[in-house]
Amino acid sequence: MAEMPEAYVYDAIRTPRGRGKASGSLYETKPVSLVVGLIHELRARYPELDPTAIDDVVLGVVSPIGDQGGDIAKTAAILAGLPETTAGVQLNRFCASGLEAVNSAAHQVRAGMADFVLAGGVESMSRVPMGSDGGAWAMDPETSYETGFVPQGIGADLIATLEGWSRDDVDAYALESQTRAAKAWANGYFARSVVPVTDRNGLTVLDRDEHVRAGTTLEALGGLQPSFEMIGDQGGFDAVALQRYHWVEKINHVHTAGNSSGIVDGAALVLVGTEAAGKAAGLTPRARIVSTALSGADPTIMLTGPAPATRKALARAGMTADQIDLFEMNEAFAAVVLRFMKDMGVPHEKVNVNGGAIAMGHPLGATGAMILGTLIDELERRDQRFGVATLCVGGGMGIATVVERLS
Amino acid sequence: MSEQKAVRWEKGEDGIVVVTLDDPGRSANTMNDRYVEAMGECVDALVADRENLTGVIITSAKKTFFAGGDLDTLSKATPADAPAVMEKSMTVKKQLRKLETLGKPVVAAMTGTALGGGLEIGLACHHRIGLDAKGVVYGLPEVTLGLLPGGGGVVRTVRMLGIANAVMNVLVQGQRHKPAKALEIGIIDELAATPEEALQKARAWIAANPEAKQPWEQPGYRIPGGTPSSPKLASILPAFPANLRKQLKGAPMPAPRNILAAAVESTQVDVDTAFRIEARYFTELAIGQTAKNMTKAFFYDLQAINGGKSRPDGHEKWQPTKVAVLGAGMMGAGIAYVCALAGWQVVLKDVSLEAAEKGKGYSESLVAKGVKRGRTTLEKGEALLQRITPTADYNDLAGCDMIIEAVFESMQLKQEVFREAMKVVEPDALLCSNTSTLPISELAAGLDRQGDFIGLHFFSPVDKMPLVEIIRGERTSDASVAKAFDVTLGIKKTPIVVDDSRGFFTSRVIGTFLNEGVAMIAEGIDPQTIEQASAQAGYPAPVLQLMDELTLTLPQKIRNESKAAVEAAGGTWQPHPAEAVIDRLVAEFDRKGKSTGAGFYEYADGKRTRLWPGLRTEFGATNHDVDLHELSERMLFVEAIETQKCLDEGVLTTDADANIGSIFGIGFPAWTGGVVQYVEGYPGGVAGFVARADELARRHGPRFEVPESLRARAKAAA
Repeated sequence: MAEMPEAYVYDAIRTPRGRGKASGSLYETKPVSLVVGLIHELRARYPELDPTAIDDVVLGVVSPIGDQGGDIAKTAAILAGLPETTAGVQLNRFCASGLEAVNSAAHQVRAGMADFVLAGGVESMSRVPMGSDGGAWAMDPETSYETGFVPQGIGADLIATLEGWSRDDVDAYALESQTRAAKAWANGYFARSVVPVTDRNGLTVLDRDEHVRAGTTLEALGGLQPSFEMIGDQGGFDAVALQRYHWVEKINHVHTAGNSSGIVDGAALVLVGTEAAGKAAGLTPRARIVSTALSGADPTIMLTGPAPATRKALARAGMTADQIDLFEMNEAFAAVVLRFMKDMGVPHEKVNVNGGAIAMGHPLGATGAMILGTLIDELERRDQRFGVATLCVGGGMGIATVVERLS
Repeated sequence: MSEQKAVRWEKGEDGIVVVTLDDPGRSANTMNDRYVEAMGECVDALVADRENLTGVIITSAKKTFFAGGDLDTLSKATPADAPAVMEKSMTVKKQLRKLETLGKPVVAAMTGTALGGGLEIGLACHHRIGLDAKGVVYGLPEVTLGLLPGGGGVVRTVRMLGIANAVMNVLVQGQRHKPAKALEIGIIDELAATPEEALQKARAWIAANPEAKQPWEQPGYRIPGGTPSSPKLASILPAFPANLRKQLKGAPMPAPRNILAAAVESTQVDVDTAFRIEARYFTELAIGQTAKNMTKAFFYDLQAINGGKSRPDGHEKWQPTKVAVLGAGMMGAGIAYVCALAGWQVVLKDVSLEAAEKGKGYSESLVAKGVKRGRTTLEKGEALLQRITPTADYNDLAGCDMIIEAVFESMQLKQEVFREAMKVVEPDALLCSNTSTLPISELAAGLDRQGDFIGLHFFSPVDKMPLVEIIRGERTSDASVAKAFDVTLGIKKTPIVVDDSRGFFTSRVIGTFLNEGVAMIAEGIDPQTIEQASAQAGYPAPVLQLMDELTLTLPQKIRNESKAAVEAAGGTWQPHPAEAVIDRLVAEFDRKGKSTGAGFYEYADGKRTRLWPGLRTEFGATNHDVDLHELSERMLFVEAIETQKCLDEGVLTTDADANIGSIFGIGFPAWTGGVVQYVEGYPGGVAGFVARADELARRHGPRFEVPESLRARAKAAA
């Protein structure tokens, strides 16, 4: 039996992230166009790459309806002029979709069933609002009653309550995310991966993450209204969570628009392939997918899955957390990252060193692929070796990917 | 016709068929097999004669229009009966569906109360006329028996009113609406003052609407308020089940959940498919245990009690004309109100006129509130207040044929006020003491006319709480018990009759619940976990919160009396683990409960703010790694076991009194069907209960040991 091929990452690119509302710069750009722009960029960067070697396009989309429905991956492949032999599939693992796409591409490659796969995700949250695809978990009373469904923000506030983290604690984390993101942008750390969105005439629509608030302060953050207090009370969700977390008297609603991930539009693509396919195309691998893992935690608190998933991925790689140089943990909510750092015993100096979704936004289906790219960029810049990308996921799931930088 | 059918019909010269619901030999119509058979024939006949009809009127020959489901059959349904239950639900609906798609106007002339199945027949008609008369109510109260309207009631109210309105106004609480309210929320279309007028209006409506169709059969129909696929509803829909969980506090009540699920799912499909979804959710409830528990308590037991099962036979029905209420504190003030509301003259006596007037002030505030909310009129309210005379003078009690004493819980004081009052009142006046703790026989012992002396234990707040515990002293006559029973029904409360014994039934049993909750603090269990365990068991008030309301010194006092009694009898007092917690809170931390501003909770301006942190820091009650279900069961079990002892000792004589007394008086969870039915309905029956109690006794001590009587029954059942 032939040796299992490695899954190499040859490149990872993304669009800038536009504010996910009608006043956002990417509102005018269709999600399919965001993807096609990135496919064209990869073709331009690697003209030697024979597109018939691309077996599949795997895209994460969390609300796959309307503009984002109908298997947008294959649709984009056709529109981008990829050969008819290149397939496309859309998948949904909630907030992990983008990383799930990369991981499943790696699995195809490692299984010897694909040479190259374009993996990533897209979400135009301005056009297809979060939750607009319905689903039994939130919308079917039998299901939500039995499973104790609450919106994620309630889970995030519950984490802060359980850990005793105050509004100041989570705001301080948010401020640091903004500061790091602003510094990374100022120093050009994202220059390799961010591909400006242009129109059909080549005019630039957006070339930077427009959600970042470089000059924000603790005072400004402290003045924002809690986002989940009202639905927690009037929507009955606090009571549902407290029935399960029966020793907690009340939920301290600390999360706001300022210390939670931003609602944005964006897309990302990662070129994953075998060593042989890369050689044939004259490409140099940037990183190797070492291991991947999925795990889960209580679905009501929902957001504590990253630690068990990371432990599982590390165990699969035969590694321990202290061997990891950098972590990219999606900043869904400040308390989620604080909890991950506490659970894993890793210092903030190693986590989200260039900021995260609190500053730059979380385009649901794309984020996982975006943070994987950010991780590889930074490992290269720092000349470090191992990194972990991880996200908390709806339903209590967690996802993690261990990568090794190669070039 | 040799045999009268439950449904008969007759076509008039005007082509209108009048269908009369009239189950032979029964006082009310129900959805029994006779109805199903006759209604099926009727509907088929109407369909066959369709071309020759002008319209159909459905009415009833009984005082009520139609009483509802066939509880005798439903309460026996087991999981093996699921196919039959499902089929019957579908048969009833298919018949009514034929009626509503007849193509001719069908009007329900609901000339009396229509609940459950009765209203469901009406909902299948194109127009509903209600009777605007006293005592008539319309609604779908199935949920109060742990069921859901399985005759199309969920599907049709949702299509008429929209999900939110149908669920909130009709389905999940099962409100019984007065005619005007039923009209307002839209389950009735029109009101008539008399049955005759209802029939006239029905004929007029048929004449005016020859093409009548249900709204959902009309082109362009949309469900009011939308379906899960409409963004407006989708944005708030996830809050519906969450708020239901919040309202139910996590108690195991499947009916409201099934109702909500059926209501929402019914909007996603066509009417006929919706009926099947409704039937499946209904069947699950009908074959389940909770509906049996609730039907036992709220239908059979309540019927037995109100029918006088515990009232001694052979005594004429009695009611007082003038009631002396001694003591105008919270209880006295409430008792004065309910007596005046019943139409009796009340003399409200306290030590000062000022105190008596303050007591009457309670009635004034209730009347003002009632007028403001439209529950009563100004005239009725003023007449009620006119009937209450506050006084400080015993001489004003002249002519009273009943005394209800509600002064402080002191044997000496109570006997003194009785002695004084008895000099003035009628020589045969009924003598009632509203005590919750003092033995009635001892109270009576110092007085003349011990046969007329009886305990009448009200619950606070008197105007809201539905139960009165009647305590028969050693020498209380049967005639006095009968009178007290009639008085209780007269003030529209439910009487249970118990024997004189320490704590009677309710105080004695609720004490075990409170002790169990407090003992968990001693075990180091987090107080919020304890509160959740009691709330999720289904108790209306969490246990520590309730303890604070009742004040911590009360159980101390009761315990000291009990302890003295045990020791006087030569026994040794076995302290309960709760005692040390209560004693320490009172003695060391001066926390005596809500009325003192400090107890298990902290208070600001009389409002509960949070649990006292000292429970965690001083008592070390921080453990939450517990089996919450077991904590809940411990509370339910101690009460059930204590109740069995009450039955064994003759304190209680009927299961009905135990069940209803426990639910109405001391907040035993309604889903259990009461404290005896909880044992009967426990998984595995009595034997299952005993086995679980043995397990709890091994882990938590002898207070979970069941009496021999229960063990014997478990063996007999095996």
